[in-house]
Amino acid sequence: MLAEDPLQRVLFVDLTKRRFWIESRRELFEEHLGGSAVAIRLLEELCPEGVDPLSPDNPIILTVGPLTGFYPLASKTVAMFKSPHTGNLGESHAGGRSAIAIRMAGYGAVVILGRSEMPIYVVIDNDRVTFRDASALWGTRSSYTTGSVLRKREPGSGHRTIMRIGRAGEQLVSYACVITETYRHFGRLGLGAVFGSKRLKALMIGGQRNLAPADRRAFRQVYDTLYNRATGSPLMQKYHELGTPMNVIPLDAIGGLPTRNLQTGRFEGAETISGERLASDYLGRRVACAHCPVACIHLAALRIPYPDDPYFYKTLMLGYDHEPIYATGSMLGIEDVPGMLRLMDEIEVQGLDVMSAGVALAWATEAMEQGLIGVEETGGLRLSFGDPEAYIAAIQRIVTQPTDFYRALARGVDHASAIYGGQDYALAFGGNEMPGYHTGPGCHLGYLTGARHSHLDSAGYSLDQAAAREERDLEPKEVARALLAEEQWRQVLTSLVICLFARGVYEPAYVLDALKAIGFDRSEEDLARLGVETLRMKNAFKAREGFDLATLRLPRRIFETPSPAGPFDEAFVRMALQHYAELL
Amino acid sequence: MAKRLSVIDADRCVGCQSCMFACTRRTAQGGLEESRIHIRSDGGFRKGFVVIVCRACADPPCARVCPTDALVPREGGGVRFHTAKCIGCRNCVEACPFGAVLWDASQDKPRICVYCGYCANYCPYNVIALEEIDPADDQASLNV
Repeated sequence: MLAEDPLQRVLFVDLTKRRFWIESRRELFEEHLGGSAVAIRLLEELCPEGVDPLSPDNPIILTVGPLTGFYPLASKTVAMFKSPHTGNLGESHAGGRSAIAIRMAGYGAVVILGRSEMPIYVVIDNDRVTFRDASALWGTRSSYTTGSVLRKREPGSGHRTIMRIGRAGEQLVSYACVITETYRHFGRLGLGAVFGSKRLKALMIGGQRNLAPADRRAFRQVYDTLYNRATGSPLMQKYHELGTPMNVIPLDAIGGLPTRNLQTGRFEGAETISGERLASDYLGRRVACAHCPVACIHLAALRIPYPDDPYFYKTLMLGYDHEPIYATGSMLGIEDVPGMLRLMDEIEVQGLDVMSAGVALAWATEAMEQGLIGVEETGGLRLSFGDPEAYIAAIQRIVTQPTDFYRALARGVDHASAIYGGQDYALAFGGNEMPGYHTGPGCHLGYLTGARHSHLDSAGYSLDQAAAREERDLEPKEVARALLAEEQWRQVLTSLVICLFARGVYEPAYVLDALKAIGFDRSEEDLARLGVETLRMKNAFKAREGFDLATLRLPRRIFETPSPAGPFDEAFVRMALQHYAELL
Repeated sequence: MAKRLSVIDADRCVGCQSCMFACTRRTAQGGLEESRIHIRSDGGFRKGFVVIVCRACADPPCARVCPTDALVPREGGGVRFHTAKCIGCRNCVEACPFGAVLWDASQDKPRICVYCGYCANYCPYNVIALEEIDPADDQASLNV
């Protein structure tokens, strides 16, 4: 690491005392690079054991990596905190301009501590930190308003990130998200509620600087290689063209698209909500994260007439991806695309994680069908698959929480089903709601074992899909080994905050070249060790906070609904979990 | 014939800022502080992007207001910048209606496009291109 690299600087912001200071933590970045690896070490250092995630003592840690600002596609910010949703490790990643802004402001990490007495927003502009009154912004109906107000009120357009919460975060919904640049999110595990608990409405970060490479010539050469791999080869094509929703039709075709709370893996409306159909009928604009030429962010233009006034319309621009389409489309049996998009929009307006929100509604619908809850619980709403209007109203109530039922649903399906029943079809894994793949044992074991309980931890669905293609059965030990190896390598990528979509661009040899040109001399073994150690530390933190693979709840539904990789049972999953624990 | 960076179609801009990073990388550095091109949203990502770059005016206002002749008109359009003469008064910043005179805070000097076109090589969507200035261009004809 070069002596002058600002990556080593960690900015601490104490909301309680309205103080800030900068510490040089050279050893941390020299040894562990950045991103996930640095964040878990800071979390271990700063997060007291057993802390209430919504107390002032829960830190928020935001990290970037050495490649950020030098090379394309290394534009993710890693957020770490204790999750109010699972009561355990919280880790969520977002792009937009967040990572570039943190790096250009001159930091490798930003740490938020304490709790403000009144609602505030914090502006970090290079070395200056300002605490500003946000009491007038608190409680505004739409998260979009916060973005547009702050955009005009503060300077620095083009060089900054505006991270903000909606009312869901203010109301401490345990799966509230943090929105950045309107279309990217720290979506999962409730960072929005942690912001809300600190009365932090928004965090703006910006700055400008140059970064000196170690070898100027090599830097430009490596840059061109990576840039050409990203733009001139088929590696990023799927993200570039249809984007992640290109998954909808192939998943449905093999019976792996969770539909109506996973009562089936096939959706009769799959074609209607597919990436192809959205692109041809609704795609209005594509945008990119800073320093990413791929532009995978697809925005649907939805024209909505006002029923009370002829020739009066509004046009929404809404970000869509595979997971939001799954969560507000197939999982809820909605094939009315305008209805699906309006539901997605309401989830944005309120600032919820779209995946947890969709799964929560899907569980509630089935619980209502089964008679476990009635209109007394839902405040008169009749939830039924395929009806977006009732779901839009329910989303608002998850935030305002007028009844005990909504207060429970605002903590996720694990919590709500523990009170009202229906655990067999409460689709959460390690406390986090299910992603949009039901491909076989691999995907579910990935959700269970992954440190973030995310499909992106270890991509178990690709094991299932390979097994289905080759028409062979998976073995528990094989699945455990493959998931662990994949998650270990992904720790390296997320420590360098490389977008996981670009994992094909950044193969190990390219990572080493990129690092070397900017002053990090590493071997492939060094990287592998970093991945192993980082994952081990995350799991050690989880064990400290009470997580145990052996006691995970397994929703019976996943064994009942046929999967593309063939039937599998609880014994298979338990055996794989045990093996995973031994390997770890 | 003088060249300039033309904005071919700002509506194709995805806001990736690859051009901005290219401009600084021209000096073999990472980051953004050297960049002479700026991409910002037009009031939020949903409204698209604004491409801010020197359009090489025939009669450049930035040069007209420069009290020390640090900025001098270039033959065929645009300006040349002589750093040593600049006193950092920021008149040029105020004079450019496009906001294309960007400011280098650490040097306290403007950042002026040199019309090299390096950035355009890294625009994946053909938003910008290095082009010869057409003397028949109506704006150029103002140069009397």
